[in-house]
Amino acid sequence: MNKSTPPAPTRDIKVIVNAGLQRRHAAERRFRAYGLLAVTLGLAFVVLMFANIIGKGYPAFWQTYIELPVTFDPAVIDPEGHRDPKALENADYAVLVRASLRKLFPQVEGRRDLRELYQLVSSNAPFRLRSEVLNNPALIGAEQPIWVLASANVDTFVKGNIDRTLDESLRPLKDQEIVWIDQLQASGQINQRFNTILFSNGDSREPEQAGIRGALMGSFYTLLVTFLLTFPIGVATAVYLEEFAPKNRWTDIIEVNINNLAAVPSIVFGLLGLAVFINFFGLPRSAPLVGGLVLSLMTLPVIIIAGRAALTSVPPSIREAALGMGASKLQMVGHHVLPLAMPGMLTGSIIGMARALGESAPLLMIGMVAFIVDIPKGLMDPATVLPVQIYLWADLPERAFVERTSAAIMVLLAFMIVMNGLAIILRKRFERRW
Amino acid sequence: MSTMTVEVKAAVNNTLNAEVRQNPLSSAQITDYDHRQTVGKITVDHPKMTCRNVNVYYGEKHAIRQVSLDIGANEVIAFIGPSGCGKSTVLRCLNRMNDTIPICRVAGEIRLDQDDIYDKSIDVVQLRARVGMVFQKPNPFPKSIYENVAYGPRIHGMVDGKAEMDELVRASLERAGLLKEVENRLNEPGTSLSGGQQQRLCIARAIAVNPEVILMDEPCSALDPIATAKIEELIDELRENYTIVIVTHSMQQAARVSQRTAYFHLGDLIEIGETDQIFTNPKHKLTEDYITGRFG
Repeated sequence: MNKSTPPAPTRDIKVIVNAGLQRRHAAERRFRAYGLLAVTLGLAFVVLMFANIIGKGYPAFWQTYIELPVTFDPAVIDPEGHRDPKALENADYAVLVRASLRKLFPQVEGRRDLRELYQLVSSNAPFRLRSEVLNNPALIGAEQPIWVLASANVDTFVKGNIDRTLDESLRPLKDQEIVWIDQLQASGQINQRFNTILFSNGDSREPEQAGIRGALMGSFYTLLVTFLLTFPIGVATAVYLEEFAPKNRWTDIIEVNINNLAAVPSIVFGLLGLAVFINFFGLPRSAPLVGGLVLSLMTLPVIIIAGRAALTSVPPSIREAALGMGASKLQMVGHHVLPLAMPGMLTGSIIGMARALGESAPLLMIGMVAFIVDIPKGLMDPATVLPVQIYLWADLPERAFVERTSAAIMVLLAFMIVMNGLAIILRKRFERRW
Repeated sequence: MSTMTVEVKAAVNNTLNAEVRQNPLSSAQITDYDHRQTVGKITVDHPKMTCRNVNVYYGEKHAIRQVSLDIGANEVIAFIGPSGCGKSTVLRCLNRMNDTIPICRVAGEIRLDQDDIYDKSIDVVQLRARVGMVFQKPNPFPKSIYENVAYGPRIHGMVDGKAEMDELVRASLERAGLLKEVENRLNEPGTSLSGGQQQRLCIARAIAVNPEVILMDEPCSALDPIATAKIEELIDELRENYTIVIVTHSMQQAARVSQRTAYFHLGDLIEIGETDQIFTNPKHKLTEDYITGRFG
């Protein structure tokens, strides 16, 4: 053999590779195991979170009612006997509620015990009777069983969230109240129904009368303003920056700043809104209009960035085809590029809106954190939004508010899931048709 | 073979920067690569477009040098040359598609009939209506076949009413030889057609606005031989009414469809002449090397 020939390395290579092979595979297996572990852990926490929220929140969708044998005493409701609607409206129905409770439990005597007895039903029971009478004045003089809302404590007890074995001083219900509730349950005069109040009422100090309607409408108006502002402005900005603006240092600076704006803490936008919209322009506090303006500032960068990405993903061949036909630049964009980019832009907008829906911090700064009972009817009415309502309820100690907090979170999450699902469907549906 | 290509390219590169333009030689004497003066007759009797001393710069890069040529009315002229030689760039100057590239700058004079197309008084929209373009990759709009063809006439406001538009769409498809195949599915998306049909749809779209010149940038490079044959046949028919400039990588195609051929090399127009002459009796060494397959 010739000395100058280098030693044939083939066998060595095989050995060397084989020696390291096991180590390489082991590294790969380890990495996969880490990934799997991380995914499993993440999923476990998601399941835990959902189980916790749903477990706490689902009783809030049910509400306890008590059947009262109400005597619609004409002497109380309409002493004059004219059936004057005004008189009917102003009558003291609480007297009737108290009378029917006494009729249920004739053995109860003494001011203190009676007061506890009267607290079995919600403070809105008299209003319930009033609306019955106003709807059907023929009831006056009759005796009719009426289901009225139970108080929050009764509701909590019936749902099994108050431990009867605890010492009397440690629970919100006295021993005798528990006896009464047991009696009512035995006679079938307590039942649970789907909680429509949660969806039809605004906020309230009484948990059994508190609902998310006000917050939902507040969120709706706020997001309406946000969408009407951000979508057209965001799309137009993206189109201008991507298709028309000259590429120079100024547009570079603008681009960098838009990207940075997307990362600014949202509470800063709240401060800005407070300083500019409320203090400078004198817009009302707590108004969905201001909330929408603030959230628009926050959402715009997201939509612009998503819009530009969608525009860049439109293939240049389509632009050339349009320009080659003699389309002007705006025609090229309007007829061809924008329709193709629209699904991406809509997806970005929906995700931006979902983020705006879940935002609370900037709205705290502009006063959308107030206790508002009335359901807002327009952009200028004082309102709060769903996440802020959750924040407000989470502060309250009553057990009934705990479950309503979780219920409101469930509603919020449902909206989030629907919005994100919509974004995914849009993306899939219109994905790359060229 | 490959080593030879490398050598030739190296030789060309070495001489690229040398200033050799001052020394025009008669065409018979040309033997070396130094000379970059265009060989052949650049003028024709009835020019549709004339280019004089066209230079194109991409930023710092001088991509096209001193190109002068005429494009005759109702002729098919083929631009050939190796990749990166600038033939597509010259083509895109003819309807100012290079305007879309921000760093691109065009100097020199290009006239369509008597109008200087880079003059301020010429609107690029009007120019592109007069000089249509068909691209390398079929690029129908993601709309219906009908809408694809109707688009140009619609934006230019060329027709009144639906009936007239229907007629124009059908006539354009007919002239592009596509009508029979798509007659019953005019409302289906243009992207649902085969590659060859798509390209003919793009041609139909281009001729719907009745341009004077049609530019074709390697129109068959993405097509199979059968579709290519159909397009070539179509080009031959279209010559009656239009002036056609075609960029192609296929020398057979250039030989088949064109009357005149221009050979580009690294930004220079090396040789131009009757297609028969270029392919049978090239006067420049570079042209000969290219068409005999020694590089490119």
